[in-house]
Parts: sequence; C-alpha cells; structure tokens
Amino acid sequence: MSFEYLAVFAPLLGFLITFLFGQKIGARGAQIVTCGLMFVAAFSAVALFNSVILGGTHYVVPLAEWISSDFFVVNWALRFDTLSVVMMCVVTIVSTCVHVYSVGYMSHDPHRTRFMAYLSLFTFAMLMLVSADNLLQLFFGWEGVGLASYLLIGFWNSKDSANSAAMKAFIVNRVGDFGLALGIMAIFVVFGSVDFETIFAAVESKKDLTVNFIGFDIHAMTLIGLLLFTGAVGKSAQLGLHTWLPDAMEGPTPVSALIHAATMVTAGVFLVARFSPLFEYAPIALMVITIVGACTALVAATIGLTQFDIKRVIAYSTMSQLGYMFFALGVSAYGAAIFHLMTHAFFKALLFLGAGSVIHAMSDEQDMRKMGGIWKKIPFTYAMMWIGSLALAGVPLFAGYYSKDMILEVAYADQSWFGNLAFIFGITAAVLTAFYSWRLILMTFHGKPRADKHVMEHIHESPPVMTAPLAVLAVGAILSGAVFYNGFVGGAHHGDDHGAGAAAIHADVTPHAGDEEHHGTPVEASVTHEGEHSAAHDSQTSHFAALHDRNMFWQNAIQVLPENDTVEAAHNVPFWVKKLPILMSGLGIALAYIFYLLVPTLPALFARAFKPLHSLFFRKWYFDELYDAAFVKNTLRLGHLFTKSDRKIIDRFGPDGAASASSFVARISSRFQSGFVYQYAFVMIIGLVVFMLWLAPIDVLSIGEHIRNLLGRSE
Amino acid sequence: MFDLPVLSLMTFLPLVGVLFIVSVRGSNEEVSARNAKNTALFTSLFTVALAVYLAVQFDVSDAGFQFVEKYSWFPSLGISYYMGVDGISLFFVLLSAMLVPICILASWHAIKKRVKEYMIAFLVLESLMIGTFCALDSFLFYVFFEAVLIPMFIIIGVWGGPRRVYSAYKFFLYTLLGSVLMLVALLTLYVQLGTSDIPTLMENPVARDLQIWLWLAVFASFAVKMPMWPVHTWLPDAHVEAPTAGSVILAGVLLKMGGYGFLRFSLPMFPEASELFAPMVFWLSVIAIIYTSLVALVQEDMKKLIAYSSVAHMGYVTLGIFTATTQGIEGGIFQMISHGLISGALFLSVGVIYDRLHTREINRYGGIVKNMPKYATVFMILMLGSVGLPGTSGFVGEFLTLVGVYQVNTLVAVFAATGLILGAPYMLYLYRRVVFGKQMNDDAAKMSDLTKREMTLFVPLVALVLYLGIFPGYVMDRLHPSVDRLITLYESGLQKGEERRLAALSGDASTVAQIKPAAGMSEQEVTFVPAIAPSYAGKEDLPMPIINYNE
Repeated sequence: MSFEYLAVFAPLLGFLITFLFGQKIGARGAQIVTCGLMFVAAFSAVALFNSVILGGTHYVVPLAEWISSDFFVVNWALRFDTLSVVMMCVVTIVSTCVHVYSVGYMSHDPHRTRFMAYLSLFTFAMLMLVSADNLLQLFFGWEGVGLASYLLIGFWNSKDSANSAAMKAFIVNRVGDFGLALGIMAIFVVFGSVDFETIFAAVESKKDLTVNFIGFDIHAMTLIGLLLFTGAVGKSAQLGLHTWLPDAMEGPTPVSALIHAATMVTAGVFLVARFSPLFEYAPIALMVITIVGACTALVAATIGLTQFDIKRVIAYSTMSQLGYMFFALGVSAYGAAIFHLMTHAFFKALLFLGAGSVIHAMSDEQDMRKMGGIWKKIPFTYAMMWIGSLALAGVPLFAGYYSKDMILEVAYADQSWFGNLAFIFGITAAVLTAFYSWRLILMTFHGKPRADKHVMEHIHESPPVMTAPLAVLAVGAILSGAVFYNGFVGGAHHGDDHGAGAAAIHADVTPHAGDEEHHGTPVEASVTHEGEHSAAHDSQTSHFAALHDRNMFWQNAIQVLPENDTVEAAHNVPFWVKKLPILMSGLGIALAYIFYLLVPTLPALFARAFKPLHSLFFRKWYFDELYDAAFVKNTLRLGHLFTKSDRKIIDRFGPDGAASASSFVARISSRFQSGFVYQYAFVMIIGLVVFMLWLAPIDVLSIGEHIRNLLGRSE
Repeated sequence: MFDLPVLSLMTFLPLVGVLFIVSVRGSNEEVSARNAKNTALFTSLFTVALAVYLAVQFDVSDAGFQFVEKYSWFPSLGISYYMGVDGISLFFVLLSAMLVPICILASWHAIKKRVKEYMIAFLVLESLMIGTFCALDSFLFYVFFEAVLIPMFIIIGVWGGPRRVYSAYKFFLYTLLGSVLMLVALLTLYVQLGTSDIPTLMENPVARDLQIWLWLAVFASFAVKMPMWPVHTWLPDAHVEAPTAGSVILAGVLLKMGGYGFLRFSLPMFPEASELFAPMVFWLSVIAIIYTSLVALVQEDMKKLIAYSSVAHMGYVTLGIFTATTQGIEGGIFQMISHGLISGALFLSVGVIYDRLHTREINRYGGIVKNMPKYATVFMILMLGSVGLPGTSGFVGEFLTLVGVYQVNTLVAVFAATGLILGAPYMLYLYRRVVFGKQMNDDAAKMSDLTKREMTLFVPLVALVLYLGIFPGYVMDRLHPSVDRLITLYESGLQKGEERRLAALSGDASTVAQIKPAAGMSEQEVTFVPAIAPSYAGKEDLPMPIINYNE
C-alpha cells in the first residue's frame, strides 16, 4: 500500500476499529491500535515529504466520485503538493505525540477508549482537509474537525461548562462556515467548478470580473476572498469569532494541544494560503485579512496578560499567534505564514502538553494563583516549558525566532499603511507575548508554593509516556526554525534567475485546466505537472536542495505576484527592523521578572492604577457579554415570540378561527330549533318572502320605488 | 419488457395483507394481536423485496417512466389506471416501502390496544402511499393522495396522545381546503386538455392566466402537505399526538407528497406560473427556515422540536425545487430522501425513550449517555445528519439546494444559508439536555440501552444516512435523467408561453385564436387537443388488457 493512502487513512482505520470494536479490544487495545496507526501515518507523511517536496513533484490521487449534479461535479481525491504535505507532516507528527501523551494523561479516565477514537477521527478529518483537491472536500474536512473539536471539548460530558463550551465552539464555527459555504457557491458560479486546479488556472482571466451579490456589483475575487476569509475567521478564532477558543479549554489538555493550538485552528491559515493564487488578485480582501490579523494579535495578547487559568493564557497566546499568521498572509507572505504555522505547532503543542503535565502533577489544578514553587519537583516539565516559551518569544536559535521575525519583517516590507499597522501591532504584541509567557513560567514554577499541602505532597514528574512526546516536540520547537528557514522563506541566493520572478505565478500552470473535459477527470489532473517535475530535478544538485531554495521548495503550491513578493523584500529591510523584535522580547521577559519575581506587589498596583484598562483586558474586551446581549438573548426572545405567534396569530386566524367560526354559526343556527311552532312558521314565511322577492323580476335599485308605491297606495 | 406488474403488486400487496389480518382470527386477544403483527410485518417485508426488485431492474439511463402499466378505467371519460415510476418517484416508492416495516416493528410493544386495526391502518397507508407515487393519471393520483389522509387521521385520532382529537381535526381542516382546490384544478385541466394523463399534461401547459389560477389551487394543497410557512401549524400538533410510528411515516413520507406534487404538477404543468410565483416561494421558504429554526430552539417537547425542524428542512426543498436549476431540484429531492431517513429515525429515537419513560419533556431526561451509550451514538449520528454535517446525507441535499439558489438569487441564498447556523443550535441543545449533562432524574438514569429489536430499526437508517452522505451517487445517477427531462419540460413550457405572448403581440389572428389565453375558464376557448405524448408511446405498444372496473 502506498504512503498516500496510509498517511490519510491510517487514522480513519484507527478510529473505525476503536469506535466499532472498542469494547472487545479494551482500553489498552484501543491505545495500541490508534497510536500504532498514527505512527504509520506520521512515517508515511515524512516519506511523502521526501518524495514530494525533496523530489520536487506534486500530484493528485483520485479516489471516487462524491457529488455529481449536472456540471456540479465533485470527486473524492487526495492532493499532494508542498503545502498539503507540509501540513500533513505537522498534523501527523503532533497528533502522534498527542496520541502517545494521552495514553498517560487519560490513564484514569473510564472513557479513554472513546477519547483515543475521537483523536484519530480528528486527525483523519484534518488530513482530509489539508489534502483536499476541491473546496467541497475541504469543507468536509473543515466540518469534520469541527465535529471532533465539539466531541472532544465536551468530552467530559457530565460537566455543564464543558457542554456549553462544546456547543459554543460548534455554533460560532458555523457562523464562519456560513461565509465559507457562500464562498464555495460564489466560486462555483464564477468558475463553474470547485476544483482547485480549474479555479487557479482561471483566476487570471477573471481578475477584473464583477458579479452581483445581494444587489451590489462587487469585484468577484474580492467577494470570494472575503467570504472564504469569514470561514477562516471562525475556524482560526480571529477577532470577532474568537470567543469559542478560550472556552474550548474545557476539553482535556491533549485536545487543546492538538486541536486548539497546533492543527485545527490553523486551518484558516491553510485555507488562505491554499487560495493564494486567488487572493493575489483580491487586494482589498488581503487588506482586511491584514487588519483583522493585526488586531487579533494585539487584542489576544492584552487579554493573555491578565488571565489566571494556565490553559487560557496559552489559548490567548495561540489566538495572538494566529493573528501574526494572518497578517503575514495579508501581506502576501504565504510562505512565512505557513512557516510560522509549522514552528508554532511544535512549540505551542509543547507548551500545552507541558501545561498538561503541570496540571497532571497539581492534581488537576489549572489556576496559576494556586501554583508556584514547583520547578524543582518537576524539572523536566519545567525545562520543556522554558523551551516552549523561548520559542514563542522568538529568542534567537529557537524556532519562533525565525518565523516570527520573518512575519514582522514582511509586514514592514509591505510598505503599505496596513502593513505598518500590522508591524506596530505585531511589535507591541511581541513585548506582551514575552511578558505573559514569563509571567506564566514565574507564577507556575517560582515563588512560594500557593497550593495546599496535600496537593504539594503529590506533585510528581509525569511518566515517560508523557515526557517522551514532550521531548520530541521540544526538538521541533528548537530545530524546525533553523532547518527549514531557507526552504520556507529563504532569500534568493542562487543567482538572479531565481529571483522574485521565479516566485511569480507560473504561466505554465495546468495549461489546459480550463477545458470542459477537465472536470471530473482527476486522473488527468494528476499528470499535469510532469514538465516542472523534471525541471526541478535538473537544477537539483543534492537531494536536499529544496530546503535551500524557496522556489524549489514551494514549487507552485503557493503563488505570489512579483510585485507582492514581500518575503523577498523582507530580506532587505533595515537593520533595526530585524533586531527590534529580539529587543522587544527581551524587554517583555525583563518586565515579567520585575513584576513577578523581584517586586511581586507591582501587578496588583498596576491593576488598580489602570483599573478600566485592566478590567477591559481581564473581561476579554467584553465580547462574551456583548454577544450574549446582542445575539443569544435576542435569538431566544425571537424563538419565544414566534412560538407565540404560531398559536396567537396563525392558529387563531387559521384552523382554530375556522373551527370556532363554524361552531359559532352552528350555535346561532341551533337557536332556531326552539321547538315553537310559531317561530318555525315565522321563519318559513320570511324565507318564502325572500324567495319570492328573488324570483320576482325586481330591479334591486328600484326597490325603494316599489316600497314607495306600496306606501302610497295605503295612504 | 417488464413482465411483472411490480408497481401494482407493491401497491396492492399490503391490501392482501389486510385481507389476511381481517380473516385470520386468534383464539384470544393476545394471539390475534400477534398474528396481526406477524402478518403485517411479513407483508411489508414482501413489499420491501419487491422494492429491491424495482430498484435493481430500474434502468438508470431512461429519463421517462418505467414499469408502466396502463388499463382503461373509465373508458367513456378517458380515465385510466396508469402507473409508472421515473427517477424522481422511484426513491419515494423505495422510502415508503422501507419505512413501513420499520414502523411496524417500532410499534411491536408500544401499541397495546386495537393492535389488529392498527396494523390494518398501516398496511392501508402503505398501499396508498406507494400508489400516490406511482400514479400517472391525475384522478388516480388524486384518489391515492387524498385517501392517505384517512388512515393517518385514524392513526392519530385513535392511537394518539391526550390531545389527539384536536390534532386530528386540525390536520384534517388544513388539508381539506387544499384538497378541494386541487380537485377543482385537476378537473379544470381535464376539461381543458381532455385528458387526465399526467405525462401528457406535463407536456402541454395551458395558457398563462389559467396556469396562475391552477398553480395557486394546487399550491394550496401541496404547501399544506410540505408544510410551508404559514400553514405549518398542524404539523407540530400532529407529531406530538401521533404514536411514534405515525410520526415516522408522517415525517418520512407524507411530507414528501407535497414536494413530489410540486415536481409532478406545478413545475411542468404550470411553468409560467411557477416562474412567476418562484420569488414568493423563495421568501416563504426562507421565512420557514429562519422562523421555525428559532421556534425549535425554545421547545420543551422533543417531538415538537423535531417537527419544527422538519418545517425548516422542508424549506430547503421548496427553495430548491422552484429554482428550476439542476442542482436546486436534485438537491431538493435529495433533501427529501435524506430528511425522510433522518427525521424518521429521529422520531424513532424519541419513541425509544418515550417507551421507557412515557414523557416527551426534554427536562425529564439528562445524562443518559451513561446508561444508554449505544443510543447516544445513534442519536448523535442522526443529530449530525439533521445539522447537515458533510459526510451525512443531510449535507448533500442542503448544499446542492443552496448552490441552486445561489445561481438564481444571491440574496435568498444568503438568507437560506443562515440555516447552516440556525440549524445547529436547537439540535445540539436538545442533545445536550437529553443525552449529556448530569443525571438529574433517577428514572431516566435507570433506562436500559437499545434492545436488539431497536437496533434493527436504526441500523439500516443510520447506515443509509452515512452511505448517502459519502456516496450519494446511487441516488444522483438515477435522479439525473428524470430531473433533466423535467427541466427540459419546464423550459420548453416557458418557451411556448413566450411564443404565445409574442404571437399575441404581433397580432397574428390565427395563432391568437388558437392559443389565446383563457381569460376565464369557459370551454369555448379550449381549442387545441394535444397529441398523446410521443415519448411514452413506445411503452403503449404492449397489448393492454382492458379491465372494466365498472362491472
């Protein structure tokens, strides 16, 4: 069996076996099956990295037909190019770590079989998402990871808070999906297909198209870009639709690490990067992305300053880092965004799993105010948290240094007002990031122990099954930046022929993709890139050449217009721009030491001195309160109102009205049946008169005259 | 070609079962009840076997009607017993045949009084449902379509809950008005075109003004059946009072008759009117989707909640059908099939816990995932289907419909797509309150998990929901030729209308005289008599035995 199938379907197999036969194989069996298959998937993904990225190729593996309705044709297919393979590697490696870690972390949970099944289900859905060859399959994965997220946030389903958080995550994400779904429809109407190849090949010819959308004529690419971005906002917890992410920390910690830090929440970044050929022609959409990303980075960081729940601090940090990725996308530095996505996946998963190890050691305590002074008791975890934080703060040699600095540089290099805004916000957020990271370390590990004796006695280092994954992730958090820097975002150093021009949209991409016959023939699509394939090999000197050349690395998975190539420009930014982030991080770390170790009274002092600002941050900018008042309450109110209107209006004037009207008529008419003969006789006479009058040829209008005649005669 | 009159067999086999039940007596009440149950189950399973035969023998490439049977019924009036299925009706026949044995099995222990009569009612219902979807003569259709009301009315009225009488009469009142109007419409068509042959009627749309009146008349009937907002209020009451199996059939098949009617009558026979009224249908559908989703959110009664969700889901169906695009119509039909499976199964799952605790109140449950894990899993999959998660059949129909709508009107599509958001909360909230949470009620915490019999009910439904979500091809392939044909008919109908209008404008006297729009409904203006539909002529070559039912 080939690696393509194994990488994607091994987790599915793990899920199915565990889900269907969980009772037979038991918890231990489930753990072995799911972890074993995850190892298979991760190995396959790495093998694909070798063959696809280093081998300089990309192709599509068709699977089966999904939906076919006239010219709306969608197939199940797996797409392997640099972007998807990078994502697959990140997903499978982090997921394998989390699977193994969960064996230890959930060892006392009675439902650990189900837990392992859900983790594998998630991984499968995520792999379907990143390997999708069309928008609808992407949507399948998109909703699938949403489902897994819902199931895992609410995993402890007898807890009300967990259930609420799960529902919130699902529904808020659906708001984003609403935009994404409309985006898919818009793409179908504009391009006549939802296949990536077809769309990307036709983008250039439709770049000036305007379409009518709800009565307005809008530039098609801008419309599509903004709609797709709406989906990304929901999934990646960007400002506006972010409220679900902190609440999602109700789920078990391995879930937070895998889904709500490393993989699922980055799906939005992936989506935008995947659609780089289209976004390149939607500058307004890119501007919106930059602004939203910059604001998210800053706002989330400010909230992170004030939180006390260890997981929530990391959650806001995640949100903030996602903001960085988005403004990188917004300035067309897709490679930089994906680079940060990868490094972030390692160090954030490390931080979360480290936090999980702390929580595990502290007998399920998550409040940092009840921690402190434990670093000697759990030195390994402590070291891991240091590595994660150093990477997050962007300290030199650690992974975050390479990716985060790159993002700040591209923002500066964009030379636009929103690029500058992103740069300023990003720099500010960098100080805050370093500050809250060390605040977390110092509050958790240093100072006097604030937990009760009983808890302190039980503090112990986690078992190897939990620490080993931490070590693996730590390696990633240290090395992934330095090793992959040149591949993801390196400068042009192979001479002028590999300059910005080579990063430009390749004119030869799928020359016949626009053909009608092209739809629904994935086999054909899989052989379209042979030309480039060999071209990549020609210039290849060693097997790892792709790791040194950005254009060879990405092939055409990401496409940037020459004038938008900010990654190239970023290598030429002024010296101070390159050094400022490190200074800022140092400042943040120093401040944290002053606040939380040297002068521990300072935080309370500052909180009092800047009361309104502190409340704003502590209350998370009042988003939850606002949404509750504006949407939740009003929705319920409308529901009650409409329920009433069903009874009081529709039924009253409909069937009940008709029924009561008929019974009213019946009641009236039943009075006539009085039993008195004289009444019957009277009614009969009246009836007779009416009948006669009707028969008589009397003109209705002249009836007055008739009466007058009658009266006149009597006089 | 088709030796076995499989449609007639499917339609009348249940009645044979009825005869058996009536004639076989048991030594006592219990034995006769058991006999009745067994007979009903076997009869309905036989029908399923025939349905399988039908599905296997169905010619995928043929857009027209297959398995055609045509016998003269009232020769003097030209009314015939005319049956046949195409890709559209096939699935409704299959759905009906599939749900009835499930219903019978679901009532196995739940129904304790008048078991014999109950089983008879269900078999009669099955016969009439299948007949409705097979009938190709408008009067035959009318007879089946309206007669379905009777057993359903009885099932709610006799075996229903405490407010069953109110519900039954409400159900009846709503449908009555529509029925009368539809009869008038069918009679008018018959008088105008001189035939009650549905395929012929489909190919010969009447004049525009008349179309408008007739469209409104049949709309009254089908809109109530769907049900569309604002004539939906009978549905929650009917569901709440109906026994479990009654709800399953009601949601699973009866609601689909409205959609089927739109596809068979409104769209092909009155294309110009359909085009004219499409915006109205769109907005009514959008209102239905939003309004009923919100109403569902605040319900305390499980069945009411699911009933309201049905109205919202049917909103997509009407939306899709009247876009007259391939994706819209196919999406609408797929949505009906999917909803038949999902909501049928959802009502079954309500029935499962109702049988144990005898209440539909959501707050009486809670935390039952602990004692009923299998049930929780089944219910979860169904809930996700209802929410329209990709990978379940719910998604395919909903999304195709939206794709269809988007092509026609983006504003409507935006409003309809809010259903993606609004469709989730009420189901998640229901699930959370019933299945998750703390176990607040001791009796709910003691309920036993699904029995083997109950699993048997769910397995085929859940399997189909997932299968059709991942590989909808089986349905789509069979739908497509017939839907294509339907759209061709619709468009040629519009074309004819346009030609007539142009002819009238240009003042071509002879043309005007011939196809002058009927201002009133007077007979003098009926001037053209249609040729018998040529595309069906091939199947009439077979020697047709003439059965005179009047003798």
